[in-house]
This record gives sequence, C-alpha cells and structure tokens, in this order.
Amino acid sequence: MRTRTAVQRGFNLDYLMWLFTRLSGLVIVIMALVAVAVAFYLGARTQMDMPTLLRWTFFPNPNHVINSEIPDLELGWVNAYWQIMQMLIIFFAGTHGINGLRMVLEDYLSPSFGVLVLRGFFFLLWVFCMIVAVYVILAS
Amino acid sequence: MAFGRKTGLKGFTYQGGGPMLAWYLHRISGIAIVVFVGLHVIAAFGMQQLGSEVSTTINIIYESWIFQIFVYFFVIFHAINGFRIVVLDIWPRFIKFQREATWLQWLVFIPIYGLAVFTIAQRMISGE
Repeated sequence: MRTRTAVQRGFNLDYLMWLFTRLSGLVIVIMALVAVAVAFYLGARTQMDMPTLLRWTFFPNPNHVINSEIPDLELGWVNAYWQIMQMLIIFFAGTHGINGLRMVLEDYLSPSFGVLVLRGFFFLLWVFCMIVAVYVILAS
Repeated sequence: MAFGRKTGLKGFTYQGGGPMLAWYLHRISGIAIVVFVGLHVIAAFGMQQLGSEVSTTINIIYESWIFQIFVYFFVIFHAINGFRIVVLDIWPRFIKFQREATWLQWLVFIPIYGLAVFTIAQRMISGE
C-alpha cells in the first residue's frame, strides 16, 4: 500500500482551501443566524412552520417561503439584499461542500493522474453549480 | 502486516475515543449534508419543472419527522464540531485540551439538538 505524500508547506491549493473551509464555515453560521433573526423580526414565529423557517435560514429564497402563511412576500422577503445574501451563501456553502467532498475522496487516493482528473471534474461541477445558482436566484 | 499477531476483536473495533468519533461524525455528516442538499435541489427542480413522481416521493421523505431528526443531528453537529475545529486551529496551544473541548462540544450540542427534537416531536404528536 502506498502512502499519501505529505502536505506541502507554503501558499498552495491545500493551504488555500484549508483556510477557506474554516472561514466559510464561520461565515455560513453567521449568515444563517442573521437570516433566522431577520425572519423572526419579519413575523416568522406566527406565520411559518419550522421546516420552512430552516429552508429560509440556509437559503433566503422567496420560493422557500411561498407556501407559508405570510400574507405579503413583498414586505421584506423579496429584495436585492436577500438576492446578495443568497449568492454569498451559495458561494460559501457550495464551495465548502464540493471542496469537502474532494478532500474526503483524496484522503483515500494516492497522487496520480486520476486525482487530477477528479479535481478537474469537481472544478467543472463547482462552476456548473454556481452558474445554475445565479440563474435560479435572479429568476426567482 | 506482522503474521501471528493476535489482535482479536480489538483490531477491528473503534479505539480512538471522543475526538476520533467527532472526526468520523464530522466526515459522515458533511457527506450526508452534501447528498441531501443536492437531492433536495434536484427534487425541487423535478417537482416544479417536470412534475416527476420520484421527486414528489423524495420530498415526502424529506418532510417526514424521522428524516428531520437525522438532518438536524447532522447539521447541528457539523456546525458545532466545525466551530471547535476553527477555535483549536486559531489557538493551537489549546490542542492539548482537545478531549475536554470535545466534551464541552457535546454539552453545547445536547440542549440545541434537544430543542430541535422537542419541536419535531411536538409537531408529530399534534399531527401537523
């Protein structure tokens, strides 16, 4: 059995993603807390059930709350602020998740050409997810 | 591999203690979150744009209380354990208190997860 090569020191993909994973983890938690706090301020306590609130918390998209008992979504639930928040949380959470999958898989693989192909696949998947997400956010 | 070494069941069982269990659960919960968020997006697309039966079934499973208990466990655990990792990485001299930090993490996790389970159970019993 071959062993994994040691992680290189210095400024490289491994270091960059190590840092990004930690920072984006903190950012996701903070953004979720902001979204849930503002949702309560806007009246979620009496107008939403818990699954709806949680869907809103992690992705503040109007489609996520359209079936709840909110009388008028125009009053604070649909605006440019939430569009920017959606794009940010998709960027941070999507990158965190896809990079996490890559790291888990590479833990069980020895460095080879296949790993490069895998990285290319995850990069294309990431680009595809980001483009689809921006389209969905702007269209909803 | 040394031959003739008797490891018995110990060689197969889990020996790592609290922090290693946290590492396992972090990895499992991370993969689980990616899988069910991905499936949720695909199912939403399938239900709204294509009217697919499979997507509707996935959404019914997602809304069941049993599934929600797992989702809340994974998400809350991943967040709190991730926070411990961040704190210990920023201040590496606290690594020696890793075991204590892991216990503290469960002490934070239990009330938050307990509240979520209580709310799910309340909704289930009231039959919503």
